[in-house]
Amino acid sequence: MKFLHKILEKQRPLFEKGGKYEKFFYLFEAGETFMFTPPTTTQSKGVQVRDAIDLKRLMMTVVIAMVPCLIFGIWNVGHQHALAFGKTMTFMDKFLFGAWYVVPMIIVSYAAGGLVEVVFALIRKHPINEGFLVTGMLVPLICPVTIPLWQIGLANIFAIVLAKEVFGGTGMNVLNVAMTARAFLYFAYPSQISGDVWTANETGNVISLGTQGLVDGYSGATALSVAASAGTAKAEILQAFANSWSPDLFSFWNLFWGAIPGCVGETSTLMALIGAAILVLTGVGSGRIIVSVFVGAYFMGWVFNLLSANTFAQMPPHYHLVVGGLAFGAVFMATDPVSASHTATGKWIYGFLIGVLTVIIRVVNPAYPEGIMLAVLLMNVFAPLIDHYVVEANKKRRERRLVSREAI
Amino acid sequence: MSDVIRLKKGFDINLVGKAEKKLVDNIHPDTVALVPDDFVGMGRPKVVVQEGDLVKAGTPIFYDKSMEEVMFTSPVSGEVVEIKRGEKRKLLEIKILADKEIDYLEFERYTVSQLASLSKEDIMPELLRSGVWVNMIQRPYGIIANPSDTPKAIFVSTFDSNPLAPDYDFAYKGQEQFFQAGIDILKKIVPQNCNIYLGVNAKAEVSKIFGSVKGAVTKKFEGKHPAGNVGVQIHHTAPINKGEIVWTIKPYGVIQIGKLFLNGEYDASKNIAIVGSEVTNPQYYKTFIGANIEKYVKNNLKSDHVRFISGNVLTGHRIEGNGYLGFYDEQLTIIPEGDKPRFVLTDGWLGFSDRLSIHRAWGLLSFLNMSKERVIDTSTNGEERAFVVTGTYEQVLPMDVLPMHLIKAILANDYDGMESLGIYEVIEEDFALCEFVDVSKQELQAIIRKGINMIRES
Repeated sequence: MKFLHKILEKQRPLFEKGGKYEKFFYLFEAGETFMFTPPTTTQSKGVQVRDAIDLKRLMMTVVIAMVPCLIFGIWNVGHQHALAFGKTMTFMDKFLFGAWYVVPMIIVSYAAGGLVEVVFALIRKHPINEGFLVTGMLVPLICPVTIPLWQIGLANIFAIVLAKEVFGGTGMNVLNVAMTARAFLYFAYPSQISGDVWTANETGNVISLGTQGLVDGYSGATALSVAASAGTAKAEILQAFANSWSPDLFSFWNLFWGAIPGCVGETSTLMALIGAAILVLTGVGSGRIIVSVFVGAYFMGWVFNLLSANTFAQMPPHYHLVVGGLAFGAVFMATDPVSASHTATGKWIYGFLIGVLTVIIRVVNPAYPEGIMLAVLLMNVFAPLIDHYVVEANKKRRERRLVSREAI
Repeated sequence: MSDVIRLKKGFDINLVGKAEKKLVDNIHPDTVALVPDDFVGMGRPKVVVQEGDLVKAGTPIFYDKSMEEVMFTSPVSGEVVEIKRGEKRKLLEIKILADKEIDYLEFERYTVSQLASLSKEDIMPELLRSGVWVNMIQRPYGIIANPSDTPKAIFVSTFDSNPLAPDYDFAYKGQEQFFQAGIDILKKIVPQNCNIYLGVNAKAEVSKIFGSVKGAVTKKFEGKHPAGNVGVQIHHTAPINKGEIVWTIKPYGVIQIGKLFLNGEYDASKNIAIVGSEVTNPQYYKTFIGANIEKYVKNNLKSDHVRFISGNVLTGHRIEGNGYLGFYDEQLTIIPEGDKPRFVLTDGWLGFSDRLSIHRAWGLLSFLNMSKERVIDTSTNGEERAFVVTGTYEQVLPMDVLPMHLIKAILANDYDGMESLGIYEVIEEDFALCEFVDVSKQELQAIIRKGINMIRES
């Protein structure tokens, strides 16, 4: 592969200062460092050796952790389609059906995100950061398969510019970029991202009511919206789940397994947990946050059980952990190191409150059946405050030491 | 003193090329050099010799204009051959051609029993003019101690936990009486309530030199690197608060002080470890402070594309193959240069790799066998990025200090923040491991020094 590096190096003068394509230096550099770990060595002062990790590898680990969710999600798109139309499709049929619609979403997402990153890197003259490798994959996974592609592109651009670049770029953002993209779609184009938009018809569009060939009683509702409407109607939740149009669709174990309507990648708690295992075992994601989100959600679900405000509140707390996007959000959104709490103690509090808030939003506010998105964004905003108190505690310990010494 | 301070955080870097416990003492350096840049925080040096002057071991060469009583003296006897200056006449180095037989400047000699009757007024001038005072480093700031200050304690770390570090017990074998004498002298120059603490490795056997020292308080430490860093030991024994001063000195410095009073000479000979994967005979060599390394590495290298590091791989600095050993360094590390591009899929950022890493991200396999001794090169393994990951620095800094927040306070020029987050308790070496494990490849040691200088100058 040395010859390839030599060819690339030959082009370098074109992109360096005074070269013909000087403006595109960082694009060239990104391309070269993508293919080759650069031959740079440590400075003459400071550490003489460096750990083998780099940000590219780290980000790639997160992408790899998402693969189980992605593959399952692609299959599930086909599976939901088959369920809705009562078709018998093989595993491969379902997978190909899903891939046909999901792969373009990913391509558009990466293209739009990458474009913004490159433009900003060129204008601001800094290297292209690897963060969009993760964001570009996350956004399609938290959208319904029926979403128009242009909306995915637009949401990516909006989120990267407004949630990240205006704050100074990678590492400086306050809000999780992928969640901002979804929140943007949710509030700007609610009709394409809420309601019964989760299952695709033959052409990848939303199934309109009365379409020929639909299974009797079909409804595209997610478990959360079933629960929310049962709550308003004061009907027993588990009964409502059991009465679903497809047998056992909303049984606990099917919810856990994830063969249910929902966003592409978020339906399967099992796959999210596999992703969590990858993140925690590799040390890339914070296990503290993941665990505390689940604990917080269970705790709040249990508190609602005691209060029993409505029938939704009476839903057994463990159901909260498997419906909606809680698991996916806990594993891939809450753990974003930049927008989460930075201190170890802070991470416990941050995660716990995300779990608590998610369940509160779900149960108390029927306008937003899914709470994890808003809970993560809200806690992103509060994370610096949590850190502030943890840091102040550290400062106080130092101050007390000084005072107690002076007292002697 | 049987209670052991156990440190859970840290990371041991195990490398190929550990020094064998053999001492080579028949190589004599041609030249030695004093490099003002080795003395952190040095003001403007004033040179008191001229090219062509003949000096003895212990003859003053220069002093710092901001602390005129502290002399920097010649490690060997011989002729001053070059006073090298750079831009704006900045003093770069002073080279001295070393005699084969060292001629020592004579200082007062005492017997062990006479030491007891010495007073601070007798001792201080000797320490200052002989050149041994330079060994005394003050915290905060990690600069040469001001002799007019009164410290609240003196700390001596008796073991070095850095990668491939020399074993002091071997390097200073047979120097027990000098070490004890050095401690006795130090006791005299500080107030009664000022303790001298010895940080001892709890895992090592009881050492001959440090095990039976009288007049010092022994503190045992157990844990991975940086358990041997004196800053960590201070933090867990008597942490430094604003306005307090602690002095630190390496065992070598204590021994030098002992020799000054018992033998009446400034003995700058030093047993260093030459280590690293590219060294043919990694072992101990007898040499001098600031010695030229050329003779020691000649016919002693396995390959020619290497980096010479005065000191260890974490806190040392690069020198040339005919360069000079840093003033305080007791080790010369030689490792391969890592300036080869690596293709993404084979050994680049997506490939599997056995390169040393504390992380376990995709493809990094070194965690499977951490105790294995590895060859490590100087590749940065990636480029500088913004701070993204949290929680890694904390894994390798066994102090109640929030490293990320301290670094950010420095970058934000937040003086209050730096103070309250513990800038007084750290110097570069405490952040060396943080810099090593950093995913974003930031230069944390340089940032810490920048912060210290800001506080010093404010």
